[in-house]
Amino acid sequence: MAFKGRVWKYGDNVNTDVIFPGKYTYTVSDPAQMAQYAMEDLDPRFAEQVRPGDVVVGGANFGCGSSREQAVTCLKMAGVGAIVAKSFGRIYYRNCINNALPALACAEAVDALQEGEEVEVDLEAGEIRVGSGTYHFPPLPSMALAMMEAGGLIPYTRKKLGLA
Amino acid sequence: MGMTFAEKVLASKAGLDRVVPGQIVEISPDVALSHDNAAAIYGIFKKIGVPSLARPETVVIILDHATPAPSTNHAENHRIIRQLVKEQGITHFYDVGEGICHQILVEKGLALPGEVVLGSDSHTPHAGVMGALAAGIGRSEMASIWATGALWLRVPESMRITVTGQLPEGVMSKDLALQVIGDLGADGALYMSVEWQGEAIAALDLSARATLPNIMAEMGAKNSFLPPDQKVLDYLQARAQRPFAVVLPDADARYEVDLVYDASDIRPMVARPHSVDNVAPVAQVAGTRVDQAFIGTCTNGRLEDLAAAAGVLKGRHVAPGTRLVVIPASREVYLQALRAGYLQTFVEAGGMVESPGCGPCMGNHLGVPAVGEVSISTANRNFQGRMGTKDSQVYLASPLVVAASAVAGKIAHPADL
Ligand code: SF4
Repeated sequence: MAFKGRVWKYGDNVNTDVIFPGKYTYTVSDPAQMAQYAMEDLDPRFAEQVRPGDVVVGGANFGCGSSREQAVTCLKMAGVGAIVAKSFGRIYYRNCINNALPALACAEAVDALQEGEEVEVDLEAGEIRVGSGTYHFPPLPSMALAMMEAGGLIPYTRKKLGLA
Repeated sequence: MGMTFAEKVLASKAGLDRVVPGQIVEISPDVALSHDNAAAIYGIFKKIGVPSLARPETVVIILDHATPAPSTNHAENHRIIRQLVKEQGITHFYDVGEGICHQILVEKGLALPGEVVLGSDSHTPHAGVMGALAAGIGRSEMASIWATGALWLRVPESMRITVTGQLPEGVMSKDLALQVIGDLGADGALYMSVEWQGEAIAALDLSARATLPNIMAEMGAKNSFLPPDQKVLDYLQARAQRPFAVVLPDADARYEVDLVYDASDIRPMVARPHSVDNVAPVAQVAGTRVDQAFIGTCTNGRLEDLAAAAGVLKGRHVAPGTRLVVIPASREVYLQALRAGYLQTFVEAGGMVESPGCGPCMGNHLGVPAVGEVSISTANRNFQGRMGTKDSQVYLASPLVVAASAVAGKIAHPADL
Protein backbone atom coordinates (compact mmCIF):
# COMPACT_ATOMS: atom_id res chain seq x y z
CA MET A 1 0.00 0.00 0.00
CA ALA A 2 1.63 3.22 -1.17
CA PHE A 3 0.35 6.75 -1.54
CA LYS A 4 1.52 10.27 -2.27
CA GLY A 5 0.80 13.53 -0.51
CA ARG A 6 2.20 16.78 0.76
CA VAL A 7 4.07 17.33 4.01
CA TRP A 8 2.56 19.32 6.90
CA LYS A 9 5.43 19.80 9.31
CA TYR A 10 5.21 20.62 13.04
CA GLY A 11 7.52 20.51 16.06
CA ASP A 12 7.94 18.46 19.24
CA ASN A 13 5.18 17.62 21.72
CA VAL A 14 2.22 18.36 19.45
CA ASN A 15 -0.53 17.56 21.97
CA THR A 16 -4.08 16.30 21.62
CA ASP A 17 -5.57 19.63 22.71
CA VAL A 18 -4.12 21.45 19.70
CA ILE A 19 -5.00 18.58 17.34
CA PHE A 20 -8.60 18.43 18.54
CA PRO A 21 -9.64 21.01 21.18
CA GLY A 22 -11.19 19.65 24.37
CA LYS A 23 -14.14 22.01 24.13
CA TYR A 24 -15.48 20.00 21.18
CA THR A 25 -15.14 16.57 22.76
CA TYR A 26 -18.74 16.42 23.94
CA THR A 27 -20.32 18.65 21.33
CA VAL A 28 -18.98 17.24 18.05
CA SER A 29 -19.69 13.55 17.68
CA ASP A 30 -19.95 13.03 13.92
CA PRO A 31 -16.54 11.79 12.70
CA ALA A 32 -16.94 13.53 9.33
CA GLN A 33 -17.52 16.82 11.13
CA MET A 34 -14.41 16.37 13.29
CA ALA A 35 -12.18 16.97 10.26
CA GLN A 36 -13.12 20.63 10.14
CA TYR A 37 -11.63 21.23 13.61
CA ALA A 38 -8.40 19.31 12.97
CA MET A 39 -5.35 21.24 14.21
CA GLU A 40 -7.54 24.26 14.96
CA ASP A 41 -5.31 25.64 17.72
CA LEU A 42 -2.03 24.79 15.98
CA ASP A 43 -2.52 25.59 12.31
CA PRO A 44 -5.74 27.30 11.25
CA ARG A 45 -4.96 26.64 7.54
CA PHE A 46 -4.79 22.90 7.98
CA ALA A 47 -8.45 21.83 8.01
CA GLU A 48 -9.23 23.93 4.96
CA GLN A 49 -6.26 23.00 2.82
CA VAL A 50 -5.40 19.39 3.71
CA ARG A 51 -5.83 16.89 0.86
CA PRO A 52 -6.24 13.09 0.85
CA GLY A 53 -2.89 11.34 1.24
CA ASP A 54 -1.15 14.27 2.91
CA VAL A 55 1.37 13.38 5.56
CA VAL A 56 1.56 15.04 8.97
CA VAL A 57 5.11 15.24 10.29
CA GLY A 58 5.92 15.89 13.94
CA GLY A 59 8.93 15.77 16.23
CA ALA A 60 9.16 13.85 19.50
CA ASN A 61 6.09 12.78 21.50
CA PHE A 62 3.49 13.53 18.82
CA GLY A 63 -0.04 13.25 20.21
CA CYS A 64 0.88 13.50 23.88
CA GLY A 65 -1.82 14.38 26.34
CA SER A 66 -5.41 13.26 26.42
CA SER A 67 -6.73 9.83 25.47
CA ARG A 68 -9.24 11.47 23.14
CA GLU A 69 -9.52 9.38 20.02
CA GLN A 70 -10.98 12.33 18.11
CA ALA A 71 -7.42 13.62 17.82
CA VAL A 72 -6.77 10.65 15.53
CA THR A 73 -10.22 10.48 13.96
CA CYS A 74 -10.16 14.13 12.87
CA LEU A 75 -6.90 13.59 10.93
CA LYS A 76 -8.11 10.30 9.50
CA MET A 77 -11.35 11.92 8.34
CA ALA A 78 -9.40 14.86 6.93
CA GLY A 79 -7.74 12.31 4.64
CA VAL A 80 -4.30 12.21 6.24
CA GLY A 81 -2.45 9.18 4.89
CA ALA A 82 0.14 8.78 7.62
CA ILE A 83 1.80 10.54 10.52
CA VAL A 84 5.58 10.49 10.63
CA ALA A 85 7.19 11.51 13.92
CA LYS A 86 10.28 10.90 16.03
CA SER A 87 8.09 9.30 18.71
CA PHE A 88 4.43 9.21 19.65
CA GLY A 89 2.39 9.70 22.80
CA ARG A 90 1.53 6.23 24.06
CA ILE A 91 -2.26 6.35 23.86
CA TYR A 92 -2.12 8.33 20.62
CA TYR A 93 0.01 5.61 19.03
CA ARG A 94 -2.50 2.97 20.12
CA ASN A 95 -5.38 5.08 18.83
CA CYS A 96 -3.67 5.40 15.45
CA ILE A 97 -3.22 1.67 15.09
CA ASN A 98 -6.73 1.03 16.31
CA ASN A 99 -8.07 3.43 13.68
CA ALA A 100 -5.85 2.15 10.87
CA LEU A 101 -3.97 5.43 10.52
CA PRO A 102 -0.27 4.57 9.98
CA ALA A 103 1.88 6.10 12.75
CA LEU A 104 5.47 5.83 11.59
CA ALA A 105 8.40 6.50 13.91
CA CYS A 106 11.33 7.65 11.78
CA ALA A 107 13.56 10.41 13.13
CA GLU A 108 15.70 10.63 9.98
CA ALA A 109 12.70 11.23 7.77
CA VAL A 110 11.39 13.87 10.16
CA ASP A 111 14.65 15.80 9.91
CA ALA A 112 14.70 15.51 6.12
CA LEU A 113 11.08 16.26 5.24
CA GLN A 114 10.30 19.85 4.29
CA GLU A 115 7.01 21.65 4.77
CA GLY A 116 4.86 21.42 1.63
CA GLU A 117 7.05 19.02 -0.33
CA GLU A 118 5.66 15.94 -2.04
CA VAL A 119 6.31 12.64 -0.29
CA GLU A 120 5.56 9.01 -1.08
CA VAL A 121 4.92 6.49 1.67
CA ASP A 122 5.11 2.76 1.03
CA LEU A 123 3.78 0.84 4.02
CA GLU A 124 4.71 -2.62 2.73
CA ALA A 125 8.26 -1.67 1.83
CA GLY A 126 8.63 0.41 5.00
CA GLU A 127 9.84 3.37 2.99
CA ILE A 128 9.33 7.12 2.95
CA ARG A 129 10.51 8.60 -0.36
CA VAL A 130 11.20 12.28 -1.03
CA GLY A 131 13.49 14.32 -3.20
CA SER A 132 16.30 14.14 -0.66
CA GLY A 133 16.28 10.36 -0.47
CA THR A 134 14.57 7.27 0.87
CA TYR A 135 14.06 6.68 4.58
CA HIS A 136 13.15 3.42 6.25
CA PHE A 137 10.87 2.89 9.20
CA PRO A 138 10.68 -0.26 11.33
CA PRO A 139 7.85 -2.58 10.29
CA LEU A 140 4.76 -2.40 12.48
CA PRO A 141 4.32 -5.21 15.04
CA SER A 142 2.34 -8.10 13.55
CA MET A 143 -0.65 -7.43 15.80
CA ALA A 144 -0.74 -3.83 14.55
CA LEU A 145 -0.44 -4.90 10.91
CA ALA A 146 -3.32 -7.32 11.30
CA MET A 147 -5.39 -4.51 12.75
CA MET A 148 -4.45 -2.15 9.90
CA GLU A 149 -5.41 -4.78 7.36
CA ALA A 150 -8.77 -5.33 9.00
CA GLY A 151 -9.39 -1.57 8.89
CA GLY A 152 -8.92 -0.94 12.60
CA LEU A 153 -9.62 -2.47 15.98
CA ILE A 154 -13.41 -2.57 15.62
CA PRO A 155 -13.53 -4.56 12.36
CA TYR A 156 -10.67 -6.66 13.77
CA THR A 157 -12.72 -7.40 16.90
CA ARG A 158 -15.76 -8.26 14.78
CA LYS A 159 -13.66 -10.73 12.85
CA LYS A 160 -12.34 -12.25 16.06
CA LEU A 161 -15.87 -12.66 17.39
CA GLY A 162 -16.93 -14.28 14.12
CA LEU A 163 -19.27 -11.39 13.29
CA ALA A 164 -17.60 -10.39 10.02
CA MET B 1 16.80 -12.00 37.21
CA GLY B 2 13.69 -10.58 38.82
CA MET B 3 10.82 -8.67 37.29
CA THR B 4 9.56 -5.12 37.71
CA PHE B 5 6.06 -4.52 39.03
CA ALA B 6 4.61 -4.11 35.52
CA GLU B 7 6.33 -7.25 34.24
CA LYS B 8 5.10 -9.28 37.21
CA VAL B 9 1.48 -8.20 36.91
CA LEU B 10 1.33 -8.60 33.14
CA ALA B 11 3.01 -12.02 33.27
CA SER B 12 0.59 -13.28 35.86
CA LYS B 13 -2.47 -11.85 34.04
CA ALA B 14 -1.30 -13.37 30.76
CA GLY B 15 -0.70 -16.74 32.44
CA LEU B 16 3.03 -16.67 31.65
CA ASP B 17 6.04 -17.34 33.86
CA ARG B 18 7.76 -14.20 32.68
CA VAL B 19 7.49 -11.47 30.09
CA VAL B 20 10.02 -9.02 28.65
CA PRO B 21 9.64 -5.38 27.60
CA GLY B 22 8.27 -5.05 24.08
CA GLN B 23 6.32 -8.30 24.26
CA ILE B 24 2.64 -8.04 23.39
CA VAL B 25 0.22 -9.86 25.68
CA GLU B 26 -3.53 -10.15 25.75
CA ILE B 27 -5.07 -9.63 29.15
CA SER B 28 -8.48 -9.27 30.77
CA PRO B 29 -8.54 -6.12 32.91
CA ASP B 30 -10.09 -6.25 36.39
CA VAL B 31 -11.53 -2.77 35.90
CA ALA B 32 -12.61 -1.04 32.67
CA LEU B 33 -13.17 2.62 33.59
CA SER B 34 -14.89 5.28 31.55
CA HIS B 35 -16.65 8.58 32.21
CA ASP B 36 -18.74 10.99 30.15
CA ASN B 37 -17.20 9.39 27.07
CA ALA B 38 -19.15 6.18 27.77
CA ALA B 39 -21.91 7.31 25.39
CA ALA B 40 -19.46 7.55 22.49
CA ILE B 41 -17.98 4.20 23.51
CA TYR B 42 -21.45 2.67 23.49
CA GLY B 43 -21.89 3.90 19.92
CA ILE B 44 -18.71 2.08 18.88
CA PHE B 45 -19.69 -0.97 20.93
CA LYS B 46 -22.97 -1.23 19.04
CA LYS B 47 -21.08 -1.23 15.74
CA ILE B 48 -19.17 -4.30 16.89
CA GLY B 49 -22.52 -6.07 17.01
CA VAL B 50 -22.56 -8.07 20.25
CA PRO B 51 -25.72 -7.60 22.28
CA SER B 52 -24.24 -7.40 25.77
CA LEU B 53 -21.06 -6.65 27.72
CA ALA B 54 -18.65 -9.58 28.01
CA ARG B 55 -17.82 -8.87 31.68
CA PRO B 56 -20.25 -6.25 33.05
CA GLU B 57 -18.93 -6.69 36.60
CA THR B 58 -15.61 -5.13 35.52
CA VAL B 59 -17.18 -2.09 33.85
CA VAL B 60 -17.15 1.14 35.85
CA ILE B 61 -18.74 4.38 34.62
CA ILE B 62 -18.38 7.63 36.56
CA LEU B 63 -19.86 10.90 35.26
CA ASP B 64 -17.50 13.74 36.06
CA HIS B 65 -16.27 15.71 33.05
CA ALA B 66 -19.15 18.13 32.69
CA THR B 67 -21.31 17.68 35.77
CA PRO B 68 -23.96 18.82 36.43
CA ALA B 69 -24.56 19.24 32.71
CA PRO B 70 -23.70 22.74 31.46
CA SER B 71 -25.65 22.42 28.18
CA THR B 72 -28.41 20.41 26.55
CA ASN B 73 -25.80 18.50 24.54
CA HIS B 74 -24.01 17.47 27.69
CA ALA B 75 -27.29 16.53 29.38
CA GLU B 76 -28.26 14.38 26.42
CA ASN B 77 -24.88 12.67 26.65
CA HIS B 78 -25.53 11.86 30.31
CA ARG B 79 -29.04 10.61 29.49
CA ILE B 80 -27.68 8.16 26.93
CA ILE B 81 -25.22 6.85 29.52
CA ARG B 82 -27.91 6.32 32.15
CA GLN B 83 -29.89 4.38 29.57
CA LEU B 84 -26.87 2.27 28.65
CA VAL B 85 -26.24 1.54 32.34
CA LYS B 86 -29.80 0.24 32.62
CA GLU B 87 -29.74 -1.72 29.37
CA GLN B 88 -26.47 -3.43 30.19
CA GLY B 89 -27.03 -3.94 33.92
CA ILE B 90 -23.90 -2.03 34.95
CA THR B 91 -23.72 -1.96 38.74
CA HIS B 92 -20.58 0.18 39.16
CA PHE B 93 -22.20 3.40 37.98
CA TYR B 94 -21.71 6.75 39.72
CA ASP B 95 -23.90 9.58 38.52
CA VAL B 96 -23.16 13.31 38.43
CA GLY B 97 -22.17 14.82 41.77
CA GLU B 98 -20.26 11.80 43.06
CA GLY B 99 -16.85 13.07 41.98
CA ILE B 100 -13.91 12.67 39.61
CA CYS B 101 -13.51 9.18 38.18
CA HIS B 102 -9.94 8.55 39.38
CA GLN B 103 -10.78 9.67 42.91
CA ILE B 104 -14.02 7.67 43.02
CA LEU B 105 -12.33 4.49 41.78
CA VAL B 106 -10.03 4.70 44.80
CA GLU B 107 -12.67 5.77 47.34
CA LYS B 108 -15.06 3.02 46.32
CA GLY B 109 -12.42 0.32 46.70
CA LEU B 110 -12.45 -0.55 43.00
CA ALA B 111 -8.76 0.16 42.36
CA LEU B 112 -6.92 -2.63 44.13
CA PRO B 113 -3.32 -3.77 44.56
CA GLY B 114 -2.00 -6.18 41.97
CA GLU B 115 -4.97 -5.65 39.63
CA VAL B 116 -5.11 -4.24 36.11
CA VAL B 117 -7.17 -1.09 35.54
CA LEU B 118 -7.69 0.16 31.99
CA GLY B 119 -9.47 3.46 31.55
CA SER B 120 -10.54 5.58 28.60
CA ASP B 121 -8.91 8.59 30.25
CA SER B 122 -5.28 9.61 30.09
CA HIS B 123 -4.91 10.02 33.86
CA THR B 124 -5.92 6.43 34.59
CA PRO B 125 -2.36 5.79 35.94
CA HIS B 126 -3.71 7.54 39.07
CA ALA B 127 -4.90 4.14 40.38
CA GLY B 128 -1.24 3.17 40.73
CA VAL B 129 -1.48 4.86 44.14
CA MET B 130 -3.22 1.67 45.31
CA GLY B 131 -0.57 -0.58 43.76
CA ALA B 132 -2.59 -1.39 40.65
CA LEU B 133 -1.27 -1.48 37.10
CA ALA B 134 -3.41 1.27 35.62
CA ALA B 135 -3.15 2.60 32.07
CA GLY B 136 -5.11 4.86 29.77
CA ILE B 137 -6.58 3.60 26.50
CA GLY B 138 -8.75 4.98 23.69
CA ARG B 139 -12.48 4.73 23.09
CA SER B 140 -12.37 2.00 20.43
CA GLU B 141 -10.23 -0.02 22.79
CA MET B 142 -12.76 0.38 25.57
CA ALA B 143 -15.58 -0.67 23.22
CA SER B 144 -13.55 -3.71 22.30
CA ILE B 145 -13.04 -4.58 25.99
CA TRP B 146 -16.77 -4.23 26.57
CA ALA B 147 -17.34 -6.69 23.70
CA THR B 148 -14.58 -9.20 24.39
CA GLY B 149 -13.41 -8.61 27.97
CA ALA B 150 -9.79 -8.40 26.79
CA LEU B 151 -7.22 -6.15 25.11
CA TRP B 152 -3.64 -6.25 23.82
CA LEU B 153 -0.97 -4.53 25.86
CA ARG B 154 2.72 -4.03 25.22
CA VAL B 155 4.92 -4.93 28.19
CA PRO B 156 6.57 -1.59 29.07
CA GLU B 157 10.15 -0.80 29.91
CA SER B 158 10.37 0.32 33.53
CA MET B 159 11.82 3.33 35.33
CA ARG B 160 12.49 3.35 39.07
CA ILE B 161 12.41 6.56 41.08
CA THR B 162 13.67 6.27 44.64
CA VAL B 163 12.93 9.26 46.84
CA THR B 164 14.96 9.58 50.02
CA GLY B 165 14.77 12.18 52.77
CA GLN B 166 11.75 14.29 53.64
CA LEU B 167 9.91 17.10 51.86
CA PRO B 168 10.61 20.47 53.54
CA GLU B 169 7.86 22.51 55.20
CA GLY B 170 5.64 24.24 52.61
CA VAL B 171 6.63 21.78 49.87
CA MET B 172 4.08 19.27 48.59
CA SER B 173 4.19 16.09 46.49
CA LYS B 174 3.06 18.25 43.55
CA ASP B 175 6.38 20.10 43.74
CA LEU B 176 8.26 16.80 43.64
CA ALA B 177 6.22 15.69 40.62
CA LEU B 178 6.86 18.97 38.78
CA GLN B 179 10.57 18.80 39.53
CA VAL B 180 10.80 15.26 38.11
CA ILE B 181 8.82 16.17 34.96
CA GLY B 182 10.91 19.30 34.53
CA ASP B 183 14.07 17.21 34.71
CA LEU B 184 12.94 14.39 32.42
CA GLY B 185 10.63 16.23 30.01
CA ALA B 186 7.12 15.58 28.74
CA ASP B 187 8.31 12.42 26.99
CA GLY B 188 10.73 11.41 29.74
CA ALA B 189 8.91 8.18 30.52
CA LEU B 190 7.26 7.49 27.17
CA TYR B 191 5.63 4.00 27.15
CA MET B 192 7.20 3.26 30.56
CA SER B 193 6.09 1.89 33.90
CA VAL B 194 7.26 4.47 36.46
CA GLU B 195 7.76 2.69 39.77
CA TRP B 196 8.33 4.78 42.91
CA GLN B 197 9.87 3.75 46.21
CA GLY B 198 11.72 5.18 49.18
CA GLU B 199 11.19 6.66 52.62
CA ALA B 200 9.88 9.98 51.34
CA ILE B 201 7.11 8.19 49.45
CA ALA B 202 6.25 6.00 52.42
CA ALA B 203 6.00 9.11 54.62
CA LEU B 204 3.33 10.72 52.41
CA ASP B 205 -0.37 10.30 53.15
CA LEU B 206 -2.40 8.58 50.41
CA SER B 207 -3.79 11.87 49.14
CA ALA B 208 -0.32 13.32 48.57
CA ARG B 209 0.86 10.06 47.04
CA ALA B 210 -1.96 10.02 44.49
CA THR B 211 -0.65 13.18 42.85
CA LEU B 212 2.45 11.30 41.67
CA PRO B 213 1.00 8.49 39.50
CA ASN B 214 -1.75 10.87 38.37
CA ILE B 215 0.66 13.32 36.82
CA MET B 216 3.07 10.71 35.43
CA ALA B 217 0.70 10.59 32.47
CA GLU B 218 2.19 13.99 31.58
CA MET B 219 5.60 12.37 31.29
CA GLY B 220 4.26 9.82 28.81
CA ALA B 221 4.12 6.94 31.28
CA LYS B 222 1.95 3.92 30.56
CA ASN B 223 1.40 3.36 34.28
CA SER B 224 2.96 4.37 37.56
CA PHE B 225 3.21 2.27 40.70
CA LEU B 226 3.56 3.06 44.38
CA PRO B 227 4.18 0.13 46.73
CA PRO B 228 1.08 -0.57 48.83
CA ASP B 229 1.99 -0.45 52.51
CA GLN B 230 0.03 -0.61 55.76
CA LYS B 231 -1.56 2.80 55.03
CA VAL B 232 -3.04 1.41 51.82
CA LEU B 233 -4.19 -1.81 53.47
CA ASP B 234 -5.84 0.14 56.30
CA TYR B 235 -7.57 2.44 53.81
CA LEU B 236 -8.87 -0.55 51.84
CA GLN B 237 -10.00 -2.51 54.90
CA ALA B 238 -13.54 -1.18 54.84
CA ARG B 239 -13.59 -0.24 51.14
CA ALA B 240 -12.16 -3.02 48.96
CA GLN B 241 -14.93 -4.53 46.86
CA ARG B 242 -12.97 -7.73 46.13
CA PRO B 243 -10.20 -9.75 47.72
CA PHE B 244 -6.79 -8.84 46.28
CA ALA B 245 -3.13 -9.80 46.49
CA VAL B 246 -0.37 -7.19 46.73
CA VAL B 247 2.28 -7.42 43.99
CA LEU B 248 5.68 -5.83 44.59
CA PRO B 249 8.61 -5.58 42.17
CA ASP B 250 11.49 -8.01 42.73
CA ALA B 251 14.55 -6.55 44.44
CA ASP B 252 16.73 -7.64 41.50
CA ALA B 253 14.38 -6.39 38.76
CA ARG B 254 15.98 -4.71 35.76
CA TYR B 255 15.10 -1.04 35.30
CA GLU B 256 15.83 0.79 32.06
CA VAL B 257 16.24 3.99 34.05
CA ASP B 258 17.04 4.18 37.75
CA LEU B 259 16.85 7.57 39.46
CA VAL B 260 17.29 8.82 43.00
CA TYR B 261 15.86 12.07 44.35
CA ASP B 262 16.42 13.60 47.76
CA ALA B 263 13.10 15.06 48.89
CA SER B 264 14.84 17.63 51.08
CA ASP B 265 16.19 19.30 47.91
CA ILE B 266 12.71 19.94 46.46
CA ARG B 267 11.45 23.53 46.42
CA PRO B 268 7.99 24.94 45.58
CA MET B 269 7.60 24.75 41.79
CA VAL B 270 5.26 25.90 39.06
CA ALA B 271 4.75 24.67 35.50
CA ARG B 272 4.58 27.66 33.17
CA PRO B 273 2.46 27.88 30.01
CA HIS B 274 2.00 25.81 27.84
CA SER B 275 3.67 22.62 28.93
CA VAL B 276 3.91 20.80 32.21
CA ASP B 277 7.66 20.28 31.77
CA ASN B 278 8.22 24.04 31.49
CA VAL B 279 8.90 24.27 35.22
CA ALA B 280 10.48 26.94 37.37
CA PRO B 281 10.85 27.57 41.11
CA VAL B 282 7.96 29.69 42.41
CA ALA B 283 10.51 32.33 43.34
CA GLN B 284 11.35 32.83 39.66
CA VAL B 285 7.79 33.63 38.51
CA ALA B 286 6.57 35.23 41.74
CA GLY B 287 4.69 38.45 41.01
CA THR B 288 3.06 37.25 37.78
CA ARG B 289 -0.53 38.61 37.72
CA VAL B 290 -3.30 36.03 38.37
CA ASP B 291 -6.89 36.50 37.18
CA GLN B 292 -8.15 33.18 38.42
CA ALA B 293 -6.96 30.59 40.92
CA PHE B 294 -8.45 27.09 40.70
CA ILE B 295 -8.11 24.48 43.43
CA GLY B 296 -9.46 21.05 42.54
CA THR B 297 -9.08 18.21 39.96
CA CYS B 298 -8.02 14.59 40.32
CA THR B 299 -4.46 15.82 40.88
CA ASN B 300 -5.03 18.03 43.92
CA GLY B 301 -8.69 18.19 44.94
CA ARG B 302 -8.57 15.95 48.00
CA LEU B 303 -9.14 16.74 51.68
CA GLU B 304 -5.45 17.28 52.47
CA ASP B 305 -5.18 19.65 49.50
CA LEU B 306 -8.19 21.64 50.65
CA ALA B 307 -6.83 21.65 54.21
CA ALA B 308 -3.54 23.11 52.98
CA ALA B 309 -5.35 25.77 50.95
CA ALA B 310 -7.74 26.61 53.80
CA GLY B 311 -4.77 27.03 56.12
CA VAL B 312 -3.49 29.77 53.82
CA LEU B 313 -6.88 31.42 53.26
CA LYS B 314 -8.08 31.40 56.88
CA GLY B 315 -8.50 34.99 58.02
CA ARG B 316 -7.38 36.32 54.63
CA HIS B 317 -9.21 37.47 51.51
CA VAL B 318 -8.82 36.81 47.82
CA ALA B 319 -7.19 39.83 46.15
CA PRO B 320 -9.50 42.34 44.43
CA GLY B 321 -9.63 41.52 40.70
CA THR B 322 -8.76 37.86 41.26
CA ARG B 323 -11.25 34.99 41.37
CA LEU B 324 -10.92 31.77 43.38
CA VAL B 325 -12.77 28.59 42.35
CA VAL B 326 -12.62 25.52 44.61
CA ILE B 327 -13.98 22.13 43.52
CA PRO B 328 -13.62 19.14 45.87
CA ALA B 329 -12.67 15.95 44.02
CA SER B 330 -15.59 13.95 45.40
CA ARG B 331 -18.75 14.04 47.47
CA GLU B 332 -16.81 12.38 50.32
CA VAL B 333 -14.12 15.07 50.17
CA TYR B 334 -16.80 17.77 49.96
CA LEU B 335 -18.55 16.50 53.09
CA GLN B 336 -15.31 16.15 55.03
CA ALA B 337 -14.20 19.64 54.01
CA LEU B 338 -17.63 20.95 54.96
CA ARG B 339 -17.43 19.42 58.43
CA ALA B 340 -13.86 20.60 58.91
CA GLY B 341 -14.93 24.16 58.09
CA TYR B 342 -12.68 24.48 55.02
CA LEU B 343 -15.53 25.28 52.66
CA GLN B 344 -16.66 28.05 54.98
CA THR B 345 -13.11 29.40 54.98
CA PHE B 346 -13.07 29.48 51.16
CA VAL B 347 -16.39 31.27 50.92
CA GLU B 348 -15.50 33.73 53.68
CA ALA B 349 -12.28 34.47 51.82
CA GLY B 350 -14.32 35.42 48.76
CA GLY B 351 -13.95 32.12 46.88
CA MET B 352 -16.57 30.04 45.06
CA VAL B 353 -17.14 26.37 45.92
CA GLU B 354 -18.63 24.19 43.17
CA SER B 355 -20.02 20.66 43.19
CA PRO B 356 -17.58 17.73 42.73
CA GLY B 357 -16.33 17.04 39.20
CA CYS B 358 -13.68 18.17 36.72
CA GLY B 359 -15.04 21.73 36.40
CA PRO B 360 -12.89 24.04 34.26
CA CYS B 361 -9.89 21.65 34.17
CA MET B 362 -10.45 20.92 30.48
CA GLY B 363 -12.43 24.03 29.69
CA ASN B 364 -15.94 22.65 30.04
CA HIS B 365 -17.52 25.00 32.59
CA LEU B 366 -17.54 26.45 36.13
CA GLY B 367 -14.87 29.06 35.66
CA VAL B 368 -13.22 29.07 32.25
CA PRO B 369 -10.82 31.95 31.67
CA ALA B 370 -11.39 34.84 29.25
CA VAL B 371 -9.06 35.63 26.36
CA GLY B 372 -5.81 37.04 27.67
CA GLU B 373 -6.35 35.96 31.27
CA VAL B 374 -3.88 34.17 33.50
CA SER B 375 -4.94 31.16 35.57
CA ILE B 376 -3.07 29.27 38.22
CA SER B 377 -4.44 25.80 38.86
CA THR B 378 -3.73 22.67 40.87
CA ALA B 379 -4.41 20.52 37.79
CA ASN B 380 -1.99 18.31 35.88
CA ARG B 381 -2.13 19.77 32.37
CA ASN B 382 -1.66 23.26 30.94
CA PHE B 383 -1.58 22.75 27.18
CA GLN B 384 -2.53 25.72 25.09
CA GLY B 385 -6.33 25.84 24.97
CA ARG B 386 -6.73 23.36 27.81
CA MET B 387 -9.05 25.57 29.86
CA GLY B 388 -11.15 26.65 26.89
CA THR B 389 -9.30 29.38 24.98
CA LYS B 390 -5.87 29.12 23.40
CA ASP B 391 -5.34 32.77 24.19
CA SER B 392 -4.89 32.34 27.90
CA GLN B 393 -2.06 31.29 30.16
CA VAL B 394 -2.29 28.43 32.63
CA TYR B 395 0.25 27.90 35.41
CA LEU B 396 0.21 24.70 37.49
CA ALA B 397 1.21 24.51 41.14
CA SER B 398 0.47 22.99 44.54
CA PRO B 399 -2.65 23.91 46.55
CA LEU B 400 -0.45 25.97 48.88
CA VAL B 401 0.91 28.08 46.05
CA VAL B 402 -2.46 28.44 44.30
CA ALA B 403 -4.12 29.57 47.54
CA ALA B 404 -1.34 32.05 48.27
CA SER B 405 -1.55 33.37 44.69
CA ALA B 406 -5.29 33.94 45.12
CA VAL B 407 -4.59 36.05 48.19
CA ALA B 408 -1.74 37.98 46.60
CA GLY B 409 -3.43 38.39 43.19
CA LYS B 410 -0.12 37.31 41.73
CA ILE B 411 1.94 34.13 41.86
CA ALA B 412 3.20 33.68 45.42
CA HIS B 413 4.14 31.12 48.05
CA PRO B 414 2.46 31.24 51.50
CA ALA B 415 5.81 32.20 52.98
CA ASP B 416 5.67 35.44 50.93
CA LEU B 417 2.30 36.58 52.29
S1 SF4 C 1 -9.98 16.61 36.75
FE1 SF4 C 1 -9.03 17.18 34.80
S2 SF4 C 1 -7.34 15.75 34.54
FE2 SF4 C 1 -8.68 14.91 36.14
S3 SF4 C 1 -10.07 13.51 35.06
FE3 SF4 C 1 -11.07 15.52 35.15
S4 SF4 C 1 -10.54 16.57 33.23
FE4 SF4 C 1 -9.11 14.85 33.50
